[in-house]
Amino acid sequence: MSKPVKAVGLLSGGLDSTIAAAMLMRQGIEIQGLTFYTGFCVVEHNRRSKTRKRKKPVRNEALQAGAKLDLPVEMIDISGPDYLKVLTDPKYGYGKTVNPCIDCRIFMFRRARQYMDEIGAQFMFTGEVLGQRPMSQRRQPMNVIDRDAELDGLLLRPLSAKRLPPTVAEEKGWVDREQLGDIQGRSRQKQMEMAEEYGIEDYPSPAGGCCYLTDANFGRRILDFFEYEGKENLTMDDVMLLKIGRHFRVKPDVKVVMGREEGENKFLERYAPGRWRLETKDVTGPTTLVEGHPTDDDLRQIAGMTVRYAGSKADPDTPVACRYEETERILEPAPVEESVVEEWRI
Amino acid sequence: MIQAARTLDTYGLLCPVPIMKTASAIREIAVGEVLEVLADDPQILEDMPAWCASNGHALLDTIEDGEEYKLFVKKVK
Repeated sequence: MSKPVKAVGLLSGGLDSTIAAAMLMRQGIEIQGLTFYTGFCVVEHNRRSKTRKRKKPVRNEALQAGAKLDLPVEMIDISGPDYLKVLTDPKYGYGKTVNPCIDCRIFMFRRARQYMDEIGAQFMFTGEVLGQRPMSQRRQPMNVIDRDAELDGLLLRPLSAKRLPPTVAEEKGWVDREQLGDIQGRSRQKQMEMAEEYGIEDYPSPAGGCCYLTDANFGRRILDFFEYEGKENLTMDDVMLLKIGRHFRVKPDVKVVMGREEGENKFLERYAPGRWRLETKDVTGPTTLVEGHPTDDDLRQIAGMTVRYAGSKADPDTPVACRYEETERILEPAPVEESVVEEWRI
Repeated sequence: MIQAARTLDTYGLLCPVPIMKTASAIREIAVGEVLEVLADDPQILEDMPAWCASNGHALLDTIEDGEEYKLFVKKVK
């Protein structure tokens, strides 16, 4: 008996990639799932930092899809300086916010191709649908992505295959093109019907917006960082902080990050070393981190802001503990007008 | 008592990092041996069973001690 053809599937665990995998499994293809950790996934971040009660546990959908379909999933960490260059210097620019979707795809597909070669798979596939997303899933950008990622026709998009030129997997007869999809556009109706046909239940609601880089608030914060701190200085620690809490630019060299709830406060504590950390004494309030070089007056104003966001439990003159590494002092907060706070807000 | 061939300490790390480290560590033990994973991110209680199910390994036991967790993963293949 000949060995089954093996393919690497980029698996987010969303409906489209799960169906794409199921389609190929039905054709007898052996699948190795692959998912990337970029540090920009909204769901992943919420899993880490939020304590608000949820109706359902927040899951890693790629792992869940692998478990449901009984296929192995490899997780590869691509967060780091090389991936950050995609964000700071994208060859193909940004979408509506600071989303370098085309460059990001090229980066991921190159890495997937490398992984495919490492494990001896014959081709790779995604759950992409032609015309579903405005930046990276149109015909022309898809061609650019395939070319720049040097895929050599080895990427199959099973859901839209009949609307795209045949790939190596179809030409070599590894998969039957006739059994592949001809889906185009943003409607998910066809995919939902297919999910029923394949017995795929309990899939995450199709949403998009799962990447911080497409989020307008995050985009503002990134651009603020580029302007005041220089995009060449961006690190993954900065990215982690940009995703969380309230942000205020007090002065060009002083920025404040403030937790909005217990989970965020705990998350911020991990980033306190090397930064000023302010917290209200005796009453519950936000954890406030200060980056840069604040003066004593700055710190007293930031203490005032910390008290303001502590809510009704704190009086305006509630003392604030201000720590830097091993030193601690207690500050009397300076009053801060709402209009000033709004002016500082990023 | 489960005898582990190796212990992986992921204290302070947040998922999916402990899962990625588990995947690396399991490659370094023999089939039939057990990896003990120490963690303090509760998310691992969701992710480890799914990772084991998808990758064909056996999650033998999970011990919760306050906010700390010990998970025993047997390498099956």
